[in-house]
Amino acid sequence: MATRQVSIASSIGLHARPASLFVQAATVTGLPVTIAKEGQPAVDARSILAVMALGAKHGEVVTLTAEGDGADAALDSLVELLSRDLDAE
Amino acid sequence: MSDAQPGTFHGIGVSAGTAVGPLVLVAAAPTPPPDEPATTDAAAAGARVRQVLADVATGLQARAAVADDHARPILEAGAMMAQDPGLVTGIEGQLARGVGITNAVSAAVEEYCAMFESLGGYMAERVTDLRDVRDRAVARLLGQPEPGVPSLSEPSILAAHDLAPAETATLTAETCLGIITAAGGPTSHTAILAAQLGIPAVVQAVGILDVPAGTTVAMDGGVGEITVSPTEEEVALLTERKRRREAALAGGTGKGSTKDGHPVALLANIGTADDARKAAAQPVEGVGLFRTEFLFLDRETMPTVAEQTATYTEVFEAFGDRRVVVRTLDAGADKPLKFADLGAEENPALGRRGLRLGMIRTDILDAQLEALAAAYRATNADVRVMAPMVATQAEATWFAERVRALGLPKVGVMIEVPAAAIRSRGILYHVDFASLGTNDLQQYTMAADRMQGELADLLNPWEPALLDVIALACEGGKAMGKPIGVCGEAGGDPALALVLTGLGVSSLSMAPGKVPAVRTSLAAHTLETCQQMAAAARAAVTAAEAKAAVMAMAEPVLADLQ
Repeated sequence: MATRQVSIASSIGLHARPASLFVQAATVTGLPVTIAKEGQPAVDARSILAVMALGAKHGEVVTLTAEGDGADAALDSLVELLSRDLDAE
Repeated sequence: MSDAQPGTFHGIGVSAGTAVGPLVLVAAAPTPPPDEPATTDAAAAGARVRQVLADVATGLQARAAVADDHARPILEAGAMMAQDPGLVTGIEGQLARGVGITNAVSAAVEEYCAMFESLGGYMAERVTDLRDVRDRAVARLLGQPEPGVPSLSEPSILAAHDLAPAETATLTAETCLGIITAAGGPTSHTAILAAQLGIPAVVQAVGILDVPAGTTVAMDGGVGEITVSPTEEEVALLTERKRRREAALAGGTGKGSTKDGHPVALLANIGTADDARKAAAQPVEGVGLFRTEFLFLDRETMPTVAEQTATYTEVFEAFGDRRVVVRTLDAGADKPLKFADLGAEENPALGRRGLRLGMIRTDILDAQLEALAAAYRATNADVRVMAPMVATQAEATWFAERVRALGLPKVGVMIEVPAAAIRSRGILYHVDFASLGTNDLQQYTMAADRMQGELADLLNPWEPALLDVIALACEGGKAMGKPIGVCGEAGGDPALALVLTGLGVSSLSMAPGKVPAVRTSLAAHTLETCQQMAAAARAAVTAAEAKAAVMAMAEPVLADLQ
């Protein structure tokens, strides 16, 4: 299982447009990707409702996991996405 | 208020004009039936729910494709929620426990709603979007039409309990011939929007929702009459009324004045840069109320001075040397700003709103004034800046000093609080002008919430008490030699405009579509007649008597303008 940690760069945190971009990107990987805040259970990264309910704020660290073929590459691209200020773009 | 005569309703006409067309009902949100059968085949029920959610998502995507920049992201987010794997898992869990199909959808959605509400702020607002998805899915499962305004395939008359601002955002005069609501009041969002778009509208038409969809109805948004399945003669009568109205309105495009030449400036109320461009193309003498909230609402962060300057410059340029009266930000707990939320209030209308918010968050007010000053320097336009919700002379003075310090040429205040009307002399001492916001002035004078359709009787702008308060404000204006205008809905009523002129108001600002009728009305009456009408209206006991007294003194053309 591949795992990555990344700090949320989006200035408004992981909701609204940044959240939907992230969920769309996680969905197109075709892999069961999860996302978790520190000390909390992991949730389905393909669920906009679960990701928004996470309430990850700017600067908070989240853990991504994925399993299957291409899991490492998929997580790298998601980490890259979360490292950008999506709201400002 | 349904009439004894079958097939005819009377409501309150809030946007003049006539229309005949098929009725389209705006469905209310469905309720999952409490006696719904339990789920026995969870797999089959799950498949059905998935299909329905996919259909809901497709419908929202289709609407997003033709929506404007503001509505599109909301609709797209809704489509995404409908397709959410987490939501589907939640519903399947409910179905596996035997919960009935629509109740399963509702329960799973409510779980997320509770989660979002506990997060507060932006997330709590998404609850509305999520419940909208639920309502659409439940309606489909029950075989009912999806709630909300459907997409209109042919020009139609819309009937609803009431319309939310989001629901009216996609309406245009091309497909929406008229609007009829069972609730709502003369100053509701529906009424204001309809007047802005020039769509005939009637509110408080109790019983309209009992008329079957598809029925042809004829409506008159001036007098508030609705005829169900009209006869040919009835349609002919309505057409004749329309013709007479149009003939009366063909009376010219010049500056507003009474028959004997007393000038009354006719101005436009605008709320966006787009409104400004449209209004500038009309024969109006400028803008009497530029609402600036659109720059601030639905945003995560405050608009920059540069962004505000660009928008204000665009609006000022559109009007050239015509005046533009700008109202500074009018926000409060009922329309909170994400970057200036002072928390919930029990009575938002009586809370920290308008200038009161500006005095707490001087950074927001100063940035706005700085941008207005920069746009003024860039255009040298006739800019006049006024503050909303001013109650005391001290507040007016505080505001005036701040505006003048930035080099802006003219400063004024809104008179919406009875205290400001009663002591208008003092309020005007340090400012150049005042503008009567009759909608709020009435709500505060009558202690009646203007959004409560049930209180419409107390919110009739012919209410003699309101006219007395306006008269007090005008006396102060006269004593100080400073102009007082009106920028509430009352100014756009061709009969009430005469009364306001008689009371001493020197400018009337309204939805641009209402200007021609007011111009015609003024041109047909002398200032002396207006003054006599004002005295007669104030001498009346009820709003209805006040209006009747004025109509009895009016020239026949006034009846054609209703």
